[in-house]
Amino acid sequence: MANTEVQFSEQALNKVKEIIHRYPEGKQKSALIPILHLAQDQFGGWLDVPVMDYVAGLLQIKPIEVYEVATFYTMFNTKPVGKYVFEVCKTGPCMLNGSDDIIKYIEEKLGIKPGETTADGLFTLKPAECLGACGYAPMMQLGKFYKEHLTREKVDQIIEQCRAGKMELN
Amino acid sequence: MKLLLENAHIEGIRYYDAYRKHGGYRSVEKALKMTPDEIVDEVKKSGLRGRGGAGFPTGLKWSFLAKPEGVPRHLVCNADESEPGTFKDRYLMEFLPHLLIEGLIVSSFALGSNATYIYIRGEYAWIPDILERAIQEAKNNGFLGKNILGTGFDLEIYVHRGAGAYICGEETALIESLEGKRGNPRIKPPFPAVQGVWMRPTVVNNVETLAAIVPIINMGGEAYGNIGVGKSTGTKLISACGNLNKPGVYEIPFDLSVEDFIYSDEWCGGIPNGKRLKACIPGGSSVPIVPANLLTKTAKGETRYMNYESLSDGGFQTGTMLGSGGFIVLDEDQCVVKHTMTLAHFYMHESCGQCSPCREGTGWMWRILKNIEYGKGKMEDIDLLWDVQRRIEGNTICPLGDAAAWPVAAAIRHFRDEFEWHVLNPDEAQV
Ligand SMILES: NC(=O)C1=CN([C@@H]2O[C@H](COP(=O)(O)OP(=O)(O)OC[C@H]3O[C@@H](n4cnc5c(N)ncnc54)[C@H](O)[C@@H]3O)[C@@H](O)[C@H]2O)C=CC1
Ligand SMILES: Cc1cc2nc3c(=O)[nH]c(=O)nc-3n(C[C@H](O)[C@H](O)[C@H](O)COP(=O)(O)O)c2cc1C
Ligand code: SF4
Ligand code: FES
Repeated sequence: MANTEVQFSEQALNKVKEIIHRYPEGKQKSALIPILHLAQDQFGGWLDVPVMDYVAGLLQIKPIEVYEVATFYTMFNTKPVGKYVFEVCKTGPCMLNGSDDIIKYIEEKLGIKPGETTADGLFTLKPAECLGACGYAPMMQLGKFYKEHLTREKVDQIIEQCRAGKMELN
Repeated sequence: MKLLLENAHIEGIRYYDAYRKHGGYRSVEKALKMTPDEIVDEVKKSGLRGRGGAGFPTGLKWSFLAKPEGVPRHLVCNADESEPGTFKDRYLMEFLPHLLIEGLIVSSFALGSNATYIYIRGEYAWIPDILERAIQEAKNNGFLGKNILGTGFDLEIYVHRGAGAYICGEETALIESLEGKRGNPRIKPPFPAVQGVWMRPTVVNNVETLAAIVPIINMGGEAYGNIGVGKSTGTKLISACGNLNKPGVYEIPFDLSVEDFIYSDEWCGGIPNGKRLKACIPGGSSVPIVPANLLTKTAKGETRYMNYESLSDGGFQTGTMLGSGGFIVLDEDQCVVKHTMTLAHFYMHESCGQCSPCREGTGWMWRILKNIEYGKGKMEDIDLLWDVQRRIEGNTICPLGDAAAWPVAAAIRHFRDEFEWHVLNPDEAQV
C-alpha cells in the first residue's frame, strides 16, 4: 500500500473528530484504539505501517506509540488476513462442547491450518480465546458478529454463504 | 426474586418507550432529588459487593473516592468481561441496555462524574450500537446531556471499545488502555479512587454492580440489604456453561443450593444424557475447581449454597469462590488435565509480560500440562507443575498471576490421580 493512498474518507474523518472529542482536551491519545478499529475496517482488515503512521499523524503522537498498541491487542492484525476470518474459540468451556472437532473440521474443509489463509485469500482460521459466549458453545466470531451453537452442518452453511458473498460482516 | 432481569423478556424492553413504561428511569428521578452523599449512604446500607469478581463493598469504595479541588472525577464501567465462563454482562447490555445507562446516571451523579466511560471488550462489536442507541434515547428524553431534569447536573456517557486483551479487565490495565496505551497493570496503591484515568480520581465498577444501583435506589438500601444471606446481599447473575442441559444467564437468590441450581428444571436442568457431575469451576476460570462431592456439600457435610460465604467455605483446601459467577460444569467424561491445559494456554496468551513469574510461569505451566496431556509427561512433572504455580502466586503486580496459578493448584490437589493416569498410560493419553 503506497503512502499516498492512506487517507480516511470524509465520513471517517468526521467520525475521527467525534471520537477525539469524547476525551478531555490534550488527551487525544485515548482515541487511539477506537481509531485503529476504524482504520482496520477501512484499509483492508489489517494495519500496515503506513496506516499506523497515518493514525499517529492524526492524533499527533509518535508512530512507535501506535505500533506498541497495535501489536499488543489481538484484534489488530499486523499482517494481511483473508476476507472471512473464522475466529473459533477453543478455551475450556467451548472445548467441553466440542470446539476441537469444529476446528478440525474447518481445517479439513478449507485445507488450512490454524493461523493460515486459503490461497484464494477468502478464509483465515484464527483460533481464539474465550469470547464471552461460553453458554452458546461451540462458537466463532465472524466480522462483527458471533456464530453460536456450531455444528458441522452449520459450518458448511457459513462457508457456503461466504463463498456466495452473502455473509454479513458489519 | 428478580431485581435485574425482571423485565428482560418484555417485548421491546431494549428501547426507551417500553423500558420507561415499565418503571424505567424512576431511580434517576428519585436520586437527583437526593444529595450525592445520601446516595452513597444508601449503597453502603445495601451491602452491595462488586460483581466483577473481587466482591469489594461498593459503597465503601465510593466513599474512598478522592475529591481534590478543581480536579474532575470519572466513573468507568468495566464491561471488558473476558474471564472464561463469564458472559453475564453481555446479556445485561444486549437485552437491558437502559438498565445499565440508568445505573450509570445515578452512580455518576453520586460520584460527581460528568464524563463516564463504558469500556467494553472489542469482540462484543455489535453491543456498542445497542448502548449508543440507548444513550441517545436517554438524551432525547432529558436523562442525559446538559442540566438533567433541571438539576444543573451534566453528564455524557461514552462507549469505548477495547481490542482483545483479557488483562484490560483488570482495572488499572483498563485505565492504561483507556488512555490509549498497552494494557499493563499499574502497581496498587494508589488505587484508582485516588489516581485513575488521566491521573484523576476514578471509580471502576462492573456492569452488573452498576445495574444493581437501580433497584437499590428504588427500594432503598436497607430493603435491598435484607434480601440475600449474610454478606451476600441482593441477587447475582450467574452465567452457566459447560455440560448442562440449559446453559445460560440466570439471576439467582443467594439462598439457592448448588445442587438445585444444577439439577432443578427451573435452573440448569441437569447434565446432558444423564451423565454424572465430575467437577465444577463456579466463579470463572480463575477460581479453584472442585470435585462433585465438595461442590454440593462442604467438607463438613453441609449443603453448599450459591453465595460468597458458602462457596468459599473450607478455603482453597476444600472450597472455591463465587468470583465473577462464571459457572463451568464438567461431566464424568471430561478430562480435567485437558481442561486445565486450555486454561493454562489462555493465561499464557493473556499475560501482559511485565512480571517474570507470570510471563515465564504461565508458559511453563502450559508446556508441562501439554506434555502430560499428550502422554509425554513424567511423574516428576506433576511436582514440577505444583512448584511452578506456587512460585507465581503472590509474586506479581496484578492478580492475573494468581488467577493462572490457582486453577492448576486446585486441579492437582483434587485430581492428582488423573494426572498420574496420563503419565502411566501414555498411549491412551495420546488419543
Ligand atoms: N469479570 C471478569 O471477567 C473477571 C473478574 N476477575 C475477578 O477480579 C478479581 C480481582 O480483581 P482486583 O481488582 O484485582 O481485586 P481487588 O481486591 O484489588 O480490588 C477490588 C476493588 O476494590 C477496590 N479497592 C480495594 N481496596 C481499596 C482501597 N483501600 N481503596 C480504594 N479502593 C479499593 C479496587 O480498586 C477494586 O475496584 C478476582 O477476584 C476475579 O474474580 C478476574 C478476571 C476476569
Ligand atoms: C486479570 C483480571 C481481569 C479482570 N477482568 C475483569 C472484567 O472483565 N470485568 C470486571 O468487572 N472486573 C474484572 N476484574 C476486576 C477489576 O479489576 C475490578 O476489581 C472490578 O472492575 C471492580 O468492579 P466491582 O467492584 O464492581 O466488582 C479483573 C481483574 C483481574 C485481575
Ligand atoms: S501478573 Fe501477569 S498480567 Fe499481571 S502485571 Fe504481571 S505479567 Fe502482567
Ligand atoms: S470458552 Fe468459548 S466463548 Fe467462552
